Amino acid sequence: MSENIESHSYDILIIGSGGAGLRAAIAAAEGGAKVAVLGKSLLGKAHTVMAEGGVAASLGNVDPDDGWETHFYDTMRSGHFINNYKTAEVFSKEAPQRVLELEQWGAVFDRTPEGKIMQRPFGAHTFRRLAHVGDRTGMELIRTLEQKILTTNVDVFQEITATKLFLDNGRIAGAVAYYREDGRFALFAAKAVVIATGGWGKLFKVTSNSWESTGDGAALAFRAGAELIDMEMVQFHPTGMVWPPGVRGILVTEGVRGEGGLLRNSEGERFMEKYDPQRMELSSRDVVARGIYKEAQAGRGTPHGGAWLDITHRGPEYIKRKLPGMYQQFMALADVDITKTPFEVGPTIHYTMGGLKVDAYSCATNVPGLFAAGECAAGLHGANRLGGNSLSDILVFGKRAGDGALEFIQGNEGMPRIDEGEVQAEIQRVLAPVGKEDGENPYAIHERLQEIMADHAGISRTGSDLEKGLELILELKERSRNMVAPGSRAFNPGWHTVQDVSNMITLSEAIVRGAIERKESRGAQWRLDFPDELEEFGKVNFVHKLEDGEVKTYTSPVPEMPKELQELFELGAAPGVAKSGKKE
Amino acid sequence: MAEEITLSVFRGDRSGGREQEYKIPAMTGMVVLDALHYIQAHQAPDLAVRWNCKAAHCGSCSAEINGSAKLLCKTRVDDYENEVIHVRPMHTFPVIKDLVTDVSWNYEKLRQIPAFQPAINAPFTLQQRDVDRLQEFRRCIECFLCQNICHVLRDHDAKDAYWGPRMMIRISELQMHPLDTADRLDLLKGAAGIGYCNITKCCTVVCPQGINITENGIIPMKESVADKYFDPLGGLVRKMHK
Repeated sequence: MSENIESHSYDILIIGSGGAGLRAAIAAAEGGAKVAVLGKSLLGKAHTVMAEGGVAASLGNVDPDDGWETHFYDTMRSGHFINNYKTAEVFSKEAPQRVLELEQWGAVFDRTPEGKIMQRPFGAHTFRRLAHVGDRTGMELIRTLEQKILTTNVDVFQEITATKLFLDNGRIAGAVAYYREDGRFALFAAKAVVIATGGWGKLFKVTSNSWESTGDGAALAFRAGAELIDMEMVQFHPTGMVWPPGVRGILVTEGVRGEGGLLRNSEGERFMEKYDPQRMELSSRDVVARGIYKEAQAGRGTPHGGAWLDITHRGPEYIKRKLPGMYQQFMALADVDITKTPFEVGPTIHYTMGGLKVDAYSCATNVPGLFAAGECAAGLHGANRLGGNSLSDILVFGKRAGDGALEFIQGNEGMPRIDEGEVQAEIQRVLAPVGKEDGENPYAIHERLQEIMADHAGISRTGSDLEKGLELILELKERSRNMVAPGSRAFNPGWHTVQDVSNMITLSEAIVRGAIERKESRGAQWRLDFPDELEEFGKVNFVHKLEDGEVKTYTSPVPEMPKELQELFELGAAPGVAKSGKKE
Repeated sequence: MAEEITLSVFRGDRSGGREQEYKIPAMTGMVVLDALHYIQAHQAPDLAVRWNCKAAHCGSCSAEINGSAKLLCKTRVDDYENEVIHVRPMHTFPVIKDLVTDVSWNYEKLRQIPAFQPAINAPFTLQQRDVDRLQEFRRCIECFLCQNICHVLRDHDAKDAYWGPRMMIRISELQMHPLDTADRLDLLKGAAGIGYCNITKCCTVVCPQGINITENGIIPMKESVADKYFDPLGGLVRKMHK
């Protein structure tokens, strides 16, 4: 029984309609390509909207000594030097331009007294660097890109789920997808494909991520032969809400600490003094998250196992102006007035540093014609991401991926061929669970996966826990083959969850395998059985490939910095601060 | 708090439907969206509800709860103690399935609003006090609850005559940007139909972002339209004073 399906043909197909996808689409369309964007949500609702604190770029509006060298330095140091330095270099150099471009397109950032874009301090940034709009910067960013896209010649397909990428003799050829509204399938042939589907925080129960962060694009690309790298690096944001249970994990912006918020344990101690006496509350996220966790483990936690965050000393007027979202969030959801009282926070899964291995300049994966940008790609953040770097990441590399795809199609003009039989087989595979009553409940499989990840690959890890976790994931993978989705194809969330869960299981295996191989503690990876950062592991990234249906893990050397960049780390302090620094 | 909650949720599609009752265990601090997720996971896996962030940032989970237009993620279950919680889709837009409605009309209208056209190239010099108002409007999360509640759209289905409060706010924000050079007053008076708004402020009341849609957006825009089209002399005087 074969389906008659809608068929489209594009120069460049972009999967994912968050910040990276939209920015890539703008670049590709401005270059004259025929472009389509697929998103599994409505336009403007993607996870980008949840970014709060700001977009990091060395504009130097409040600290004139800031420059790309210092931003590069901070990014590499926070990534514990397993980042790709080339990625971090172009990123630091291009971020300011990308932010100004948003202003040109209508974004309205908070201002300095001189009328420039305001920049706030943030964890482990040497200078005040985060351009922001109160505590809703991601919303401003995606709205601006949405408004730009709506007046650009790009076809936007909303609420559509891509399930498979196709190849033509090894080169990317397009994707098949279904409309969530009615379960109708559509084929998208394309000369190049950009994956911009974000991260996979939904692998964990306590997360700040929206439902969409299920790693679809990364899993699709992985199955099509693309490589994954640094998958073991999953970021805990130090401050999520912890109470009441329904809101556990929802983000409390780092902006609270940026604006002067203090962390205390149940004994009233500013405990960050023990873990990073210099940077205190504004230390890097891995350090603060572990600090809160250790305090709670030692019996000095808050009633619900977190730490107290206190911003009351800034006064109600200031708090309501600079952190209006936080004020409202706590009032509405937790009955807590943060202008009057400290509130409970605890670590929450926030970001996946790992992802598709891409070229630093073109964002090309190892599959010809397949590109990736944003959270689903890897290389910029290494072992730990700096706050504010994700928003500039999606802008810089969204554009670069769009440009990379444009350049690729100029050298590969013909439309690749997609095998009709392969398409029909995929449609039958995706439809198989629909309408079935007997089998595994996808929501239950998802919940079980989240439990396994929390128990075996969470904030603190050991070799034996990870091995056990891998075993459980492989068992769950078998069970998941029998997931069912009672009901029809029409907007059926159970059926949608079947695709999400399959993608997450694929990625969870790579995360755990990477964490097993990295026998050290570095950034987000904290191994109780290997508590130290080890030099030998600073020289490698772990890369995963799918070979005959099996996940294989290899090491790949970390690219070595040229001398002039290495010298930035030998000044005795950050560039711009050090006397011998280039910015002096 | 009650140990069990009763929800009555609309199940159906374009061709019709009816409310169906579900009983679920209560949890401290639960919001209505949590309750619907519980139903999905345990009782009705195909219950359609649109949501993304569950933190009132994305504006996806708009619905009508006991007759009021609200975000499901921001509405606490314990606001309805000892009551059945009736959850229905937004009335103004066609139902796709259950609580999910077809809001594509809003995106069509957004496309028709001329984009920001700055007079100069960034970086701009703008004072905070000059952008406060724009930032108020840009807080909009496009939940379309204002569109849903606007009686011109809701009761008279006059979507061909009036574009609704969301579009008024978008146009206001562009018109009030100190560096914008495009003129959208023709559009406001014509196709966008600002004259249809008779200032009942229902949109302002329902806005989960607390945007003062009527006072700060629609009324000043009505005045600009009146100045340009109905008071040429006063308009000229005001222009000379600028």
